[in-house]
Amino acid sequence: MIALHDVHKAFGAKRVLSGVTLEMPKGESMVIIGGSGTGKSVLLKCILGLVVPDRGRISVDGQPAEGGDRDAFLARFGMLFQGAALFDSMTVWENVAFRLRRGRDKLPRPAAREVAVEKLRRVGLGPEVADLYPAELSGGMQKRVGLARAIAADPEIIFFDEPTTGLDPIMAGVINDLIREIVTEMGVTAMTITHDMSSVRAIADRVAMLHDGVIQWTGPVGEMDRSGDPYLDQFIHGRADGPIAAVR
Amino acid sequence: MSLIAALGRSFLALLATIGRVTLFAGATVGHLLRPPFYPREFGHALLAIGYFSLPVVGLTAFFTGGALALQIYAGGARFSAEAVVPSIVAIGMVRELGPVLGGLMVAGRVAASIAAEIGTMKVTEQIDALVTLSTHPMKYLAVPRVLAATLVLPVLVAVGDSIGILGGFVVGVLRLDFNAAAYMRNTVDFLEFWDIGSGLVKGAVFGFIVATMGCYHGMRSGRGAQGVGRATTDAVVSSSVLILAANFLLTEVFFSA
Repeated sequence: MIALHDVHKAFGAKRVLSGVTLEMPKGESMVIIGGSGTGKSVLLKCILGLVVPDRGRISVDGQPAEGGDRDAFLARFGMLFQGAALFDSMTVWENVAFRLRRGRDKLPRPAAREVAVEKLRRVGLGPEVADLYPAELSGGMQKRVGLARAIAADPEIIFFDEPTTGLDPIMAGVINDLIREIVTEMGVTAMTITHDMSSVRAIADRVAMLHDGVIQWTGPVGEMDRSGDPYLDQFIHGRADGPIAAVR
Repeated sequence: MSLIAALGRSFLALLATIGRVTLFAGATVGHLLRPPFYPREFGHALLAIGYFSLPVVGLTAFFTGGALALQIYAGGARFSAEAVVPSIVAIGMVRELGPVLGGLMVAGRVAASIAAEIGTMKVTEQIDALVTLSTHPMKYLAVPRVLAATLVLPVLVAVGDSIGILGGFVVGVLRLDFNAAAYMRNTVDFLEFWDIGSGLVKGAVFGFIVATMGCYHGMRSGRGAQGVGRATTDAVVSSSVLILAANFLLTEVFFSA
């Protein structure tokens, strides 16, 4: 289980997280929603240690996220970045196999390539893509490669940062379905950040809404439409009128 | 009063920057000695910094050597000392112009390219991706580049020195009517080992400066194209200024009486 308790983070005078408390049960798919600039990505980066919180506690299965063996801690995670964040100088298969080629359990090059090609197949890409460079792929294909890289080392926890941003609705649907399938199939704990409501309904077991630096609402995805929370209602229906200011 | 406050703030900001750069350079050296090592990245950096800088360093050195020969000839004619052209060209190239111009040309080409590459990686979250893939960005990105630049710059300087002396030779023989054999003999006779060695040491220091400043500014790049552009400019300007400052200090240390 991932637990956050009273997590604060500010960048200069701008307070982004103002006391986030949230629990993500093991094996569940949690989706964090919220408007642009509300700190969703910062929250995720705090868990991974990419951003150091000013205050508060973050633990994974009872172990504090900071300190300890960072390599072992990070080896439990896979992450799909918003823009896929593929390494331009490497081929697709080298990107996917990046973690497999490092660390204590380093695989030889041919074995790593074999695993990468298998993971690419799992996300719907053929072996002919393996030797291309990221710049030669469409946005949707890059997202799939990013997804293949995220699952390459069979992590226990996968983070998805805005997985459908910049994709057309059909490709977004394909990525949503892939994420749901992979999360179910691998039995991982998943945390997805999005403001795409179709992604929320396709991926989530539970939903948490981040607003004004705190968790405004959290509950099962099935209860989202009848929560009675005015912030959540405004957000999921995309209304300009409501407690959330349209211009922030 | 506000002028004094502004000066004070600028001075404090300068001290903070010096501190950050020093810590960054220290961390890079610290990581040099601890595994994991990335030989493939090191090989790529050697090629990018060394091999691909050869044309620009060579051309710069050739024309500088030629111009130096013309200048020394014109200046020496005032004292009937035209015969010093070969030895002054050689000493000037290997002690000063070879390392400094080589360092500055590599600063323009390599510091800019390193800062732009790492800055782009930062704004596209590739550096965050490295961390999540259990790879230390300093070890993976900075160490191979800094090591490669420190090792390859002396080689570039040596090549530049030779081509610069050749430039002086070509101008001396074809334009100033020196005897080719006498020109070569004068060049070799007056050069001492430390003339060459000091230039190579300077090259290594300049290589360290260029790559460190490229990596430092790339890793601190701001968001977007403007942030990467500024990081690139800062890398070139700071490495150029540091090269000239380090050159003065090293010359003082090596050649003060």
